[in-house]
Amino acid sequence: MATPTTPYEEMMKGLWRENPVFIQVLGMCPMLAVTNSAVNALAMGLATLFVLVGSSFLVSVMRLLIPKQVRISSYIIIIATFVTIIDYSLLALFPKIHKELGAFIPLITANCLILGRQEAFASRNGVGRAVMDAVGMSMGFLFALLALGGVREILGDGALFGINLFGPNFEPWVIMILPPGGFLTLGLILLFFNWITEKRKMQQLKFQLSAEKV
Amino acid sequence: MTDATLQNFLWIFISALLVNNFVLAYFLGLCPFLGVSGKLETSVRLGFATTFVLIITAICGWALNTYVLPHAPYLRLITFIVVIASTVQFIEMLIKKLSPSLFRSLGIFLPLITTNCAILGLAIFATNRNYGLMESFVYALGAGGGFTLALVLMAGLREESELSDVPTLIQGTAFNLIIAGILSMAFMGFAGLFNS
Amino acid sequence: MAQNSPQTPEQASEPSSFRLAATLAIAGLISGIAIVGIYELTLPTITYNKAEELKAAVFKVLPGVVEMKKYQMESNGLRIRNEKGGDERTLYGGYNQQGEFVGYAIPSAGPGFQDTIGILYGYIPAQRKVVGMEILESRETPGLGDKIYKDLYFVSNFENLSIDPEIVTVKKGLREAPNEVDAITGATISSKAVVRIINEGNQRWIHNPENRIPNHGIPLPEKRNP
Repeated sequence: MATPTTPYEEMMKGLWRENPVFIQVLGMCPMLAVTNSAVNALAMGLATLFVLVGSSFLVSVMRLLIPKQVRISSYIIIIATFVTIIDYSLLALFPKIHKELGAFIPLITANCLILGRQEAFASRNGVGRAVMDAVGMSMGFLFALLALGGVREILGDGALFGINLFGPNFEPWVIMILPPGGFLTLGLILLFFNWITEKRKMQQLKFQLSAEKV
Repeated sequence: MTDATLQNFLWIFISALLVNNFVLAYFLGLCPFLGVSGKLETSVRLGFATTFVLIITAICGWALNTYVLPHAPYLRLITFIVVIASTVQFIEMLIKKLSPSLFRSLGIFLPLITTNCAILGLAIFATNRNYGLMESFVYALGAGGGFTLALVLMAGLREESELSDVPTLIQGTAFNLIIAGILSMAFMGFAGLFNS
Repeated sequence: MAQNSPQTPEQASEPSSFRLAATLAIAGLISGIAIVGIYELTLPTITYNKAEELKAAVFKVLPGVVEMKKYQMESNGLRIRNEKGGDERTLYGGYNQQGEFVGYAIPSAGPGFQDTIGILYGYIPAQRKVVGMEILESRETPGLGDKIYKDLYFVSNFENLSIDPEIVTVKKGLREAPNEVDAITGATISSKAVVRIINEGNQRWIHNPENRIPNHGIPLPEKRNP
């Protein structure tokens, strides 16, 4: 795989090829906890976007000033500050959503995805690229959240974003919005991803073989 | 304010251990849970180390909540995370000194305890519910026990599955998640266990 | 993650402890300022939202009430509480259009099936009846336990409920006596928890000979214009 060169590519890699949830398997905790409805998934994704972009920006700007020995602690302080900001902002602007997400907003601090990106990327690249990377990874994360949240809400509640889809006679598969449903759905989605990757490999292999025959 | 009877403590402990298991019901501590090496022994040791950090965090969290935070509630997150990072650093040094072999076998998982959502989660839950000192301690014990239990079950199941014929497509995290889903369903059976 | 990017600067082999400590101190300082800033900025909105939410709940559980006051139970009796916040000896009183005391809105909480349930219920001393119940906080099982606020029939059980000798749950459809509540089929434990939590509230404020709330509440400072 070619390493990304343009800022645009830097951003897009987070969406599919290096998707934080499906490929890197990071950020698992919020993935399963807040995806019991599409609205919660969306809110969590946007909150994470704010924290990741903000932190990456600041870490990249300060990267020459932070000594190596205290870098992890500094990153954590920066991340915790942004999380506190979004926590209070949500409480003031969208109290209902804040209640739904509950303790998982402060738990964004412990999201390995954010700390991971600071260590792996933002501390070693310029501001522009760091922000692009952060945006891409957040969008990939949001995409994963919505996929999981959407499936769980449709099957477990018969609705999407609160809009009832199937009418009153639909008997919801309640386990979907309970913890086991989260695990199983994510497992099946990963399975699906593996299958697509396998298929692509087989196709590439066939293509190579047929090209060699010529 | 919850009343501090033995029954209350028992409910908090059993609830955190089984009914509201931190991993299988609250989705906390998933990184080590899914990434666990599949070795039973490592899981037990990691579980104990995590339980130790949990207990210290719970006690410090209680102290902060009682004496410091009423004057500055907005400092909650940052003080908790600093406490956790320091505790993990301390434990790292302690284990390195007392048992270098254990230190080596735990490897990267030891510093990763800092980003274990279970620890931060415990501190937040306990302070949200205004638990006293004893209650926080018991809560941490239950949560750590539950975490260790989930880790051990997962490691055990993975060890078993290494000997059987698992389709290549499923192997890896997808498989772990499906096992976790089934475990979680089993643990749902504990709900309503302790009913006053 | 151990690659050396060409953009990482050459560090001095060992920065002084002072430099390390200073970096962390400055980071902490800036962080502290940012956090205090956002807190102060959002505080008015957050306080307002909380007050509105509470008011709405009180009005819901006490029909006919248009104004409310916060009460605090002290060792020498009930008084109006003007300070912010509250503790386990705080409750609320509701007044109607004419400024007359209608009843109390009592908060109570306790363990449910899954997690803690927080309730506010309306109580009229003259009739010794619960007249309304609102679930403030619950994390019960979706589809089953969450019916304690979604099932309107269950909620309506609390609109005319006698509190003596105590409230009792019965199997659905068997409700007869004025102190009985129909449980929710499939959510017995959550239903019983709600009733138990209300009984505990009654025990604390009404049946307990010490600190019993007076039947007449506290009159408003001045008469309202109808």
